[in-house]
Amino acid sequence: MTPKAKTILLTAVSAVVVTIYLFLDLGGNWDYALPRRIAKVLAMILTGGAIALSTTVFQTITNNRILTPSIMGLDSLYLLIQTVVIFMVGSTTLTMMNNHIHFLMTVGIMILFSGVLYKVMFRGGRNVYFLLLIGIIFGTLFQSLSSFMQILIDPNEFQIVQDKMFASFNNINTDLLWIAGALILAVTLYFLRFAKYLDVLSLGRDQAVNLGVEYDYVVKQFLIIIAVLVSISTALVGPITFLGLLVVNVTYEFMKTYRHRYLLTGSLLISVITLVGGQLIVEKVFTFTTTLSVIINFVGGVYFIYLLLKGSRT
Amino acid sequence: MIRVNHLFKKYGRKQVIEDVSIQIEKGKITSFIGPNGAGKSTLLSMISRLIAKDAGEITIDDQDLTKSKNRDLAKKISILKQSNFTTLRLTVRELVSFGRFPYSQGKLTETDWKHVDEAIRYLNLEDIQHRYLDQLSGGQQQRAYIAMVVAQDTEYILLDEPLNNLDMKHAVQIMKILRRLVDDLGKTVVIVIHDINFASCYSDHIVALKDGKVVREGAPHEMIHSSVLKEIYNMDFNVERFNNHRICLYYT
Amino acid sequence: MKLRYLWIALFVLSVISIFVGVQDLTPLDLFRLGDGQSLILLSSRLPRLISIIIAGSSISICGLIMQQLSRNKFVSPTTAGTMDAARLGVLVSLLIFASASPLIKMLIAFAFALGGTLLFMKILDSIKMKDTIFIPLVGLMFGNIISSVATFIAYKYDLIQNMSSWLHGDFSMIVSGQFELIYISIPLLIFAYLFADKFTIAGMGEEFAKNLGLNYQQVVRIGLAIVAMVTASVVLTVGMIPFLGLIIPNIVSIYQGDHLKKSLSHTAVLGAVFVLFCDILGRIVIYPYEISISLTVGIIGSGIFIYLLLRRRAYDT
Repeated sequence: MTPKAKTILLTAVSAVVVTIYLFLDLGGNWDYALPRRIAKVLAMILTGGAIALSTTVFQTITNNRILTPSIMGLDSLYLLIQTVVIFMVGSTTLTMMNNHIHFLMTVGIMILFSGVLYKVMFRGGRNVYFLLLIGIIFGTLFQSLSSFMQILIDPNEFQIVQDKMFASFNNINTDLLWIAGALILAVTLYFLRFAKYLDVLSLGRDQAVNLGVEYDYVVKQFLIIIAVLVSISTALVGPITFLGLLVVNVTYEFMKTYRHRYLLTGSLLISVITLVGGQLIVEKVFTFTTTLSVIINFVGGVYFIYLLLKGSRT
Repeated sequence: MIRVNHLFKKYGRKQVIEDVSIQIEKGKITSFIGPNGAGKSTLLSMISRLIAKDAGEITIDDQDLTKSKNRDLAKKISILKQSNFTTLRLTVRELVSFGRFPYSQGKLTETDWKHVDEAIRYLNLEDIQHRYLDQLSGGQQQRAYIAMVVAQDTEYILLDEPLNNLDMKHAVQIMKILRRLVDDLGKTVVIVIHDINFASCYSDHIVALKDGKVVREGAPHEMIHSSVLKEIYNMDFNVERFNNHRICLYYT
Repeated sequence: MKLRYLWIALFVLSVISIFVGVQDLTPLDLFRLGDGQSLILLSSRLPRLISIIIAGSSISICGLIMQQLSRNKFVSPTTAGTMDAARLGVLVSLLIFASASPLIKMLIAFAFALGGTLLFMKILDSIKMKDTIFIPLVGLMFGNIISSVATFIAYKYDLIQNMSSWLHGDFSMIVSGQFELIYISIPLLIFAYLFADKFTIAGMGEEFAKNLGLNYQQVVRIGLAIVAMVTASVVLTVGMIPFLGLIIPNIVSIYQGDHLKKSLSHTAVLGAVFVLFCDILGRIVIYPYEISISLTVGIIGSGIFIYLLLRRRAYDT
């Protein structure tokens, strides 16, 4: 099967999954349930797309199939922000607080953090592994801080923190959806200007420079794009650390190509299938006893260990 | 012509290139030789802008390297490093087509594909052009990468130890191809090479480096002398003449 | 640095540690102990001091052994999934074997810690790129995955907050009767000391070790078993202490070199001094409240880790 045929197949499958999700057991509840389900699906497409795009690009510029930008500490930072807000002002204030402000503040802090991280790294002319390691160390530190505060939080309040710990598509705020959508769209448009370099970048730095790519500049743009995408999607639904790793590696296995026009569309579609299909299973099979992100992190994590043991392409 | 003036480079506290000035003539094979850690690869990498220099000046056809746009440079000079290990599932033909990126930015025209076909033919890769790189032997992979550089169609071609890990047959094959690139197509080739006899038989000009400095340079018949080689490598050489070539014997 | 200075520092800090706390206890009181004061001393302050010293030195030595065996400066219980695996084991034992004795719980945690570490070592073997930076990166990701498994279970039983508080490294909960399990580290450390030369040789690589007639696999397994056992006992009694096993051996290696037998004692004492210092700091910064050891060591430790990384890069390039 050619990559093109595979892309068409994936499009068909995701269309089917989305349709099933939208209309299964709808029971004529067109006015209430359908708009809510549409909002959920939109959120899943947005976050799934953002995570698929950022992880694919990230793996290409690092020339590595087992890394994901989600471990750069942004997830832990997100949790820390939520914990601090609840710790300082309590959950009532959080729910009172204007959603837009909270969302934009969270995104802002996360982008600021990556900006500082990048700045420090690039001034020293260090590589991306180094950046990632520093990020993950900060991540561990943020985790220590949050878990310290979580112990001190009233158990009722903690319930709110816990809800934030796991990505959830169950209570999507439609206003935020539009803001996030607009932001992601803008970033994607900017990304398209650089998309042509991706195939060459997968040959490695030396070859990319040899073939006339302004390597440092282009990679910097990609890293900024990645940070913004991860921040927006995390702030919208919460952390799903291993989704990107799972989806992108499945895409490589399935598409069997190096060309990014297929890899990117493929990973977007597989991401949507995973999220919508997973949500369907959570709702119908587990009847909400577990959350989608817990399952995805579990499956993604186990798959990651399998990849490591297989030792291929690292 | 490539001109290098008063070039310096430090790694940490170690000075790897110290006040190097050389000129690389067009239409010739220039070889960099010298003991391990002499700075050969570093010098080549700086000329090909893979790594930045600390001080000094490099010009290509009287254009300053740092002031040129990278995309334009990629049409003028190409570099092949020693370890071209890729994990990508890429066929030979796809790899070679990457050589046209500076011209087409990924959207290959008919002219581009013509260059790709020529490069594949030039390196005798027609039979294996649809095979994946990871199915090929070291020599075949090396030829595929050289084909990519040929498709890139640059005036200057720089190679870092192109014979590394190749057996004798493939090493000779690669050197003959490089010679043809210069003699038939008028390219300028610069290589870093360890095997001194290959340098002697195939180069037009040899630059010897030691401890980051140029110790000697000249044509093979000036360079391949036991006294000169002793100065470079600190060991004894017997130089014999054989079929108009100077061959070094240093094994015993 | 002389070992003697470390001992002096340890002694001074120990004395301070005993007399810092919400309940007043002054050095003079030692000579006329009332019932209340001797209770504080014997059931709270002393157990705390002992567990700090044992935890600090033993986790540091675990890091040292792991670094020797893997030949990578940045492998440690935190950066190889050992801590997270032990934590998962504690969680499982608390859920499934809730009524079992602490010793059984520890054995379960030990089994998990050993399994996790062995899995990581196996992963190390199959990774082609042995970049010094890349290995701890993979190890930390591996740890994240194990904790996501723990989260998966904890979420199901609605134990997330409890899990954070149980396993968040904290000495303030240490009282006599609950910490004695940590003593198990002492014979293990002595054992490690006796084995030091073999670890050094094993660290030179499998072929090298075999050439010298050493049973490589066995030595590695013994080393990892010690590491897993110590980590399990510390995680169960104190909780997670991030980066400790990484930074202490690295600091010692900077001023002392890499001969294991020589650096073992330095590592042990420096580890104890460091944790003791962090603990006292955590107790006085927001007095009368306490900052947990996990957090103080986490903050100072990650700072030192980053410094070590930057320093190494400066040497490399």
